[in-house]
Amino acid sequence: MGIIEVKKLTKQFKDAKAVKGISFSVEEGEIFGFLGPNGAGKSTTINILSTLITPTGGSAKINGFDIEKETDEVRKSIGLVFQDPSLDERLTAEENLIFHARLYGLKKKEYIKRIAEVLKLVDLTEKKDNLVKSFSGGMKRRLEIARGLTHYPRVLFLDEPTLGLDPQTRFNIWEYVLKLRKEHKMTIFMTTHYMQEAEYCDRIAIIDSGKIIALDTPAQLKRLVGKNSIEEVFLQLTGRKIREEEASTQEQFRNQIMAHRRR
Amino acid sequence: MHFIQAVTTIWEREVKRYGRDRARLVSTFFQPIMFLVIFGSGLRNPLSAGGLGVDYLKFMYPGIIAMNVMGIAFFSSISTVWDREFGFLKEILVAPVPRSAIVLGKALGATTIASVQALVLLILAPFIKVSIDPRTVFHLFVFMLLLSFAISAMSLVIASIMKTMESFGVLMQLFIFPMFFLSGAFFPLTTAPHWMQIISRINPLTYGVDSMRQILLAPQTDPAVLTKITLQPIYLNVISLAIFAMIMISISIVNFRKKD
Repeated sequence: MGIIEVKKLTKQFKDAKAVKGISFSVEEGEIFGFLGPNGAGKSTTINILSTLITPTGGSAKINGFDIEKETDEVRKSIGLVFQDPSLDERLTAEENLIFHARLYGLKKKEYIKRIAEVLKLVDLTEKKDNLVKSFSGGMKRRLEIARGLTHYPRVLFLDEPTLGLDPQTRFNIWEYVLKLRKEHKMTIFMTTHYMQEAEYCDRIAIIDSGKIIALDTPAQLKRLVGKNSIEEVFLQLTGRKIREEEASTQEQFRNQIMAHRRR
Repeated sequence: MHFIQAVTTIWEREVKRYGRDRARLVSTFFQPIMFLVIFGSGLRNPLSAGGLGVDYLKFMYPGIIAMNVMGIAFFSSISTVWDREFGFLKEILVAPVPRSAIVLGKALGATTIASVQALVLLILAPFIKVSIDPRTVFHLFVFMLLLSFAISAMSLVIASIMKTMESFGVLMQLFIFPMFFLSGAFFPLTTAPHWMQIISRINPLTYGVDSMRQILLAPQTDPAVLTKITLQPIYLNVISLAIFAMIMISISIVNFRKKD
């Protein structure tokens, strides 16, 4: 059984259905990419899995715990880095982490050691006594990743963790993520709009209008759809209007190559 | 105990943040002093001939303290809406802690801030010629705690419903100002029109003002005069405030448990 098991999960809001019966399973130690255009249902799915909202149908288990019936166990099993910043800017970096650790029930002895570890992991040890207010966007993101790890979660949810960051910082953050998987066998569930980042994932699910329309390894997806990059695969599968345009230029391009070969 | 650790963690953050906000620390003194200086000095002479029986400044002083308690408690708790806007509330809500611990931590944080801040207003007592002894201070402090807890709880109910800070101006106009003015802080409710007396009964601040007035003025006022300007025995005020606080805390716990 996977560390995340989702079965026919549905979320109906008052006026619209955001998630329409999705099912998937994530294995332990996997980096699982959850891609989709804006409004496809990514954040709704993350909010359901992280117990912030309840599904209207279907079920999901994380680390073997039911997201509706065993919320506290689920909450202990997951770490979250939200799409929007969620730090207390009037506290120092370390104070933010202590707040988190104490809410998750860690004892002082445990968390002093753990906080030193996670701060080191994201290279913020020297900044630990600075107010978060003074941090750059990238530093805040790193601190949020550190915070999400403080309570030893089994699954880390990253909702667009690199949004709005410069290429250097993005590269930086990916280094941490890959290190986490390699050294800690952490399962990572992430969404992103940067398609080149999706290439780092072990498997990718593409969600559109509340339904999963593709789920496979990046290599397999590219082969199936017949494209060279995840970006093209994504556009092929989701961007209907764009796809047509893309398809035609793609076709022209292919024709040119064929013509070239024939010559 | 994880529950207690969660409550103290949330409480500590509230207090720490307040302590770091110098502007707020200073500005909270401004309003009560303004009321005392302008209203107090302005109305003192015209009212001295009336049937109040006590000096107007002395009459108003306990009310101003109660209003100050309410203002700080209310603002501190309503900061939960800022937490929501800045995303920090999510961080709290995904943590494995009972929603009741979140509500209690928030309410107790605001209670601490409001009570300690209001205590400072007692420095003004000699200027208004109200003498206070340590016992009075202690009694007052108990009421500051009780009143600020009730108000924080009420404010949390509002914060659990209010999703953005946009409606805050409306809230002030329609809610906070009427509560200030209908509390008996500025004039005795005993001689107010009947409709006003009824409305003031559902206002928790009324009970706070009434208690503090009795505690502060009893040692230096003729009991006959005091009964004329106060509503009910202190123990009834305690009961009223406690019931109000309990109802509000329960509603906010229920609201924080709700999910979409």
